[in-house]
Amino acid sequence: MNTPNAALPTHVAISTHAGSGFMWAARDTMAMVWRNLTVVRRVPQLLVFALVQPLIFVFMFRYVFGGAIPSGAAGLPYVDYLMPGIFVQTVTFGAINTAVGLAEDKNKGLLERLKSLPMSRSAVLGGRVLADTTRNVFVVTMMLFVGFLVGFNTHTNALKVAAGVGLMVLFGFAICWIFALIGLSVTNGEAAQAAAFPLLAPLTFASNAFVPPDTMPDWLRWWAERQPLSITVRGVRALMLGTEPMDYVWGSIAWSLAITAVLAPLAVRRFRNG
Amino acid sequence: MTETAILAEDLRKTYGDVVAVDRISLAVPRATVLGLLGANGAGKTTMVRMLTTVLKPDSGKGTVNGFDVQHQQQAVRRSIGLAGQYAAVDENLTGRENLVLVGRLTHIGKAAARQRADELLDQFHLTDAGNRPVRTYSGGMRRRLDLGAALVTHPPVLFLDEPTTGLDPASRLDLWEVIETLVADGTTVLLTTQYLEEADRLADNIVVIDKGLIAAEGTAKQLKSRLGDTVIEFELASPQIAVVAAELLGGTVAAGTIVRLVMSNGPSTLREALNRLSSADVVPAHVALREPTLDDVFLTLTGNSGANS
Repeated sequence: MNTPNAALPTHVAISTHAGSGFMWAARDTMAMVWRNLTVVRRVPQLLVFALVQPLIFVFMFRYVFGGAIPSGAAGLPYVDYLMPGIFVQTVTFGAINTAVGLAEDKNKGLLERLKSLPMSRSAVLGGRVLADTTRNVFVVTMMLFVGFLVGFNTHTNALKVAAGVGLMVLFGFAICWIFALIGLSVTNGEAAQAAAFPLLAPLTFASNAFVPPDTMPDWLRWWAERQPLSITVRGVRALMLGTEPMDYVWGSIAWSLAITAVLAPLAVRRFRNG
Repeated sequence: MTETAILAEDLRKTYGDVVAVDRISLAVPRATVLGLLGANGAGKTTMVRMLTTVLKPDSGKGTVNGFDVQHQQQAVRRSIGLAGQYAAVDENLTGRENLVLVGRLTHIGKAAARQRADELLDQFHLTDAGNRPVRTYSGGMRRRLDLGAALVTHPPVLFLDEPTTGLDPASRLDLWEVIETLVADGTTVLLTTQYLEEADRLADNIVVIDKGLIAAEGTAKQLKSRLGDTVIEFELASPQIAVVAAELLGGTVAAGTIVRLVMSNGPSTLREALNRLSSADVVPAHVALREPTLDDVFLTLTGNSGANS
């Protein structure tokens, strides 16, 4: 018996849907975000470990060193000064995930397959960075509650606190692009991890995140007062505590946009040619 | 549609001082299999990468399914599937999720991607494992899934980069049968392999590459007959004696203590060879006469014993 609906002949390619380049770039990016977040759901330990490190920092600075550190925010307890620094450090460290994820995909040959597909070239990196940004929103929200548990108080309104979260997540997004470039430039996840720390240390520790830079030697203070992470921490303090001028909010946004504008095209170019 | 599905003209790629591919030209007629044969580092994978748009050639031209690999990349990508040792699947996703992801990224639509994933899981006997993360799969299952991922769009041209490296014999046979079915249905395949047996079984034409250059090309039969009709192998007492014997006979040391001679007139050459050995007081432990294999071709052409090195 002949069935009229025989299977498609296998040598005819399925016609692909038409659509604008931008629409496909957006859909491909969402598909990659879905993939990256599915991996997070499938290996939840990674998320738990992502919280362990900031928790240790909260414990150390709130309870071990905290008593000996003068609060940099006039009239406010040290914990209020500290927590915005912890938040920004957390989103910055979250960007390591971008480097490790891409390096592992490269090492395992997954990037090779993706490059052979008719997908948008920017979607592999865009999907990675957006997934890591989503993860950052989750982790920072958890850390905000941890902050409240250890006595952190905001001194503005809910809208400004939310804007503060937005500001640091935007900063994290920009840092992810730096780490995307690193991830594509090394051979595997361990190398990405190793390459990350020398970059993160001067950014997070030589800053105003944990202590006021007043007591640092001049050369270090020069850096600690001007570098983008410090500007972002002051922006978050402006929004959550009201102790800093709002200029720092705009300064942080400018830094984040500038970093993204330079690093995102570099990373995409590296992906295309690497 | 052109009758040549894959065409490479003087493709070249260097990494710094290292020449990975040094001018290689080849043509693969539609619905045939080309076996690209070479040792590790011969330039096989670099060829595949250039023809699949993953890597930009330094010079030369590549055409796949009628599209230029440098100037019509998206059209090439819509025509091909890539599978093998370097094209991977995501370990943390399930088999089904991997296939759906590839479907979504090739723009066939979400519903079609799901349906195609089910078809492929069924075709590759992975339906039961479809909802398990790939990290729980065996090596053979991974390769089947990997090949399935390359077939999501029914591509007319398939690149298989060492598709069976590291597989057990049963899984290898299994995969060979799948590839044969695809070719019978009209798919063009470029296959790289270190296994001469694989090229012998699957490939209509074979290109042997060595150090980025073509060392020989033709059908398996042509390549074998180029060498002669008969292979004589002498097994000697020690590798040192084998070296001496190879020099005496003008043969090659195949593996440690084996010296190999390829001849068109077996019996008379055998007598001559035994005479020379006995005049030098070399007594072989074992002598064998047989038909040439692709392995012999490979060894003679490249000085490497390809498969088992």
